[in-house]
Amino acid sequence: MLRKDRWRLTLVAVVVIAALVSVFPIKGRIHLGLDLKGGAHIVLQAKGTDENPLTGDSVERLLAVLRNRVDQYGVSEPLIQREGQDRVIVDLPGVENPEQALELIGKTALLEFRQVLQATSALPPKAQRENYDSDEEYQAAVSRWNEVKADRDELESRLRSEASSESGAVVGSDEAGRIYLLGPVYVGGKDLKDAKATYDNLGRPVVSLEFNDDGAKLFDSATAENVGNQIAIVLDGTVVSAPVVQERISGGAAQISGRFTPEEARNLAIMLRAGALPVPVDVLENRSVGPTLGADSINSGLKAGLIGCALVILFMLLYYRILGIAADIALSVTILILFALLISFKATLTLPGIAGIILTIGMAVDGNILIFERIKEEYRDGKTPFASLDSGFKKAFKTILDANVTTLIAAAVLYYFGSGPIRGFALTLAFGIVASVFSAVLVTRVLLQVMVSHNSIPSLARRK
Amino acid sequence: MNKTAEYRFDFMAFRKKAMVLSMVLLLVSLGSLFSRGLNLGIDFTGGNLVQLEFGSPVEVGEVRDVLAGVGQDKAVIQAYSDKGVIIRMKADEEDARRDVLNALKAKYDSVQVLRFEKVGPVVGDQLRKEAFIALGLALVGILIYITVRFQFRFAVVSVLALLHDSIITLGIFSIMGREISVTFIAAILTIVGYSLNDTIVVLDRVRENWKHLRGWGIDGLFNVSVNQTLSRTINTSLTTFLPVLAFYIWGGPVLSNFSFALMVGIVVGTYSSIYVASSILDEWFTKSPVKH
Repeated sequence: MLRKDRWRLTLVAVVVIAALVSVFPIKGRIHLGLDLKGGAHIVLQAKGTDENPLTGDSVERLLAVLRNRVDQYGVSEPLIQREGQDRVIVDLPGVENPEQALELIGKTALLEFRQVLQATSALPPKAQRENYDSDEEYQAAVSRWNEVKADRDELESRLRSEASSESGAVVGSDEAGRIYLLGPVYVGGKDLKDAKATYDNLGRPVVSLEFNDDGAKLFDSATAENVGNQIAIVLDGTVVSAPVVQERISGGAAQISGRFTPEEARNLAIMLRAGALPVPVDVLENRSVGPTLGADSINSGLKAGLIGCALVILFMLLYYRILGIAADIALSVTILILFALLISFKATLTLPGIAGIILTIGMAVDGNILIFERIKEEYRDGKTPFASLDSGFKKAFKTILDANVTTLIAAAVLYYFGSGPIRGFALTLAFGIVASVFSAVLVTRVLLQVMVSHNSIPSLARRK
Repeated sequence: MNKTAEYRFDFMAFRKKAMVLSMVLLLVSLGSLFSRGLNLGIDFTGGNLVQLEFGSPVEVGEVRDVLAGVGQDKAVIQAYSDKGVIIRMKADEEDARRDVLNALKAKYDSVQVLRFEKVGPVVGDQLRKEAFIALGLALVGILIYITVRFQFRFAVVSVLALLHDSIITLGIFSIMGREISVTFIAAILTIVGYSLNDTIVVLDRVRENWKHLRGWGIDGLFNVSVNQTLSRTINTSLTTFLPVLAFYIWGGPVLSNFSFALMVGIVVGTYSSIYVASSILDEWFTKSPVKH
């Protein structure tokens, strides 16, 4: 063996051992994207309002509130980060109920206790055709409902005009369709000390509130003034409930009862505890993948990858015979290095990333094919096996380099401009290119040198 | 070196025909792109996507009826197995999705949400812009690299070849009405990379054989170069095509359009690496020869 070959062999051995050490045991080492392990990816857009303009500070506070809420919701390893001026990305791995999570992080949770000046009755449900025996009865019910609706709309516009003339008054509505004319705020969320989800004495989920000293005083005087009247509990402009005050409450404790499920009560408590969002947000993007689909994607990706790999290995063996063994070993090394790179750069493996790996498998043997074709050509031109190997590699190397740099340019652009899953794909593609070029010019070369020196490449012994 | 001007296939004899074929393919693709356009997915237009799995096999027609009942009769329903469907709605309100889910849950109690995506229209606009910038930048970078490593004419034909490949892939997606999602951008850029890879291997041979130009003539030069790289072209296309095909068949519904795009790109790219770049260069050098 020449000194140059020994040097190559050492380098290959060092790289392969280092890769083995960083890859195995593989369990838990690869950081899986949300599309593979399941979870929710949410992009929020913060919107400033006239009274509450968007500033760097308000976005920072928004992040803090979101972090607080998500932590209390109990998501492990959440990712909450700012993107650009006014966007926030929230990644919640493993969330089973993304709708609920979205509700939790998207709601403002501005809590107010307001005086009820006037209230309408609830709007009855719309008539359903299946509840009536004949079309006439149904039509009558529909027109009755329309009348009620018209009356209510008229009342609503009257209340609205009253609200605009009175200072501090607003119009609110609740889920049942009642319209309220609400007076000024007695107590707001800023005076809240704690909020907990509990059950009332009938076993219904409620949210228990505890005010600080200021809040307790305000609440005390508000209830004192309103015994026998309603006080509205308003959350984000919607009336959650409007209980009639039975007696003056002086301990600084209150309860919100509505038709909550236990989860809803818990989430409301979290939102109230963590505070209101400093600015309203819009949900720009919301992608959620259930854990079953994530596991499915991994399995089908793995299956496709193994089959693809087997096909390539088989093809190389059938077409190039002994040389194919070298190519197949080089391919295994490529995949090993690719995973080692993914793990050591802490890259996130996404579903398109798996596709990138599978594509890499196909392209990885390209370097070998180029080299083999060249070596065969050189040999046909009358060179000795060693000389063919040397000049074949030299000529193929230039081609391999040019061909791969251009793909690398495309991958780099993709990484720079892409987001989320595309980035994962670009990264695996780039790592795949680096790994396959390394394998082709070093691993394959070392293997072929050994084979030639043992005279074991019959295809190089057959002259044309 | 004892290379003769022998070659098995006289590819260049068909170059005019190949050019006509490419022109026809390009015109059909562009025609479809301008008249039918692309079936842009919710990543670009904004909207809702829900992937559902039912407890027992369902008919797409039944699901469509349920959706029509809540005003979503324009939703696109795609069954990927007898129990699984993907529903795409152009409306991007949360309510639309909730209505659909509630209606389906009322009818089938075993329905399970595997995945949902909601994208606002603002995001889509931005993505479209980013996609164009990405493609433009990649092309400029590649053009510069090839000009430095080869010569300007080679760079021009490489870019023409990759435009040829990506336009035809886009055209096929437009004609088939297949959906374009954000991963499709990744597929197109990969095709760009693949097409270049293929073209450059051929051009590399042309550069190497250039010194024989006098003996072989332009046609001979290209014929020899294409023939010499032919087995590599075919073998690499196969080894790249096989795993992508495996992914198309077994990789699941989420990326089926993605792998389909790659398959189309590989087929078109293989053809173009033999014909497009070398035919144009052949014509170009025949019409206005340069000393190299």
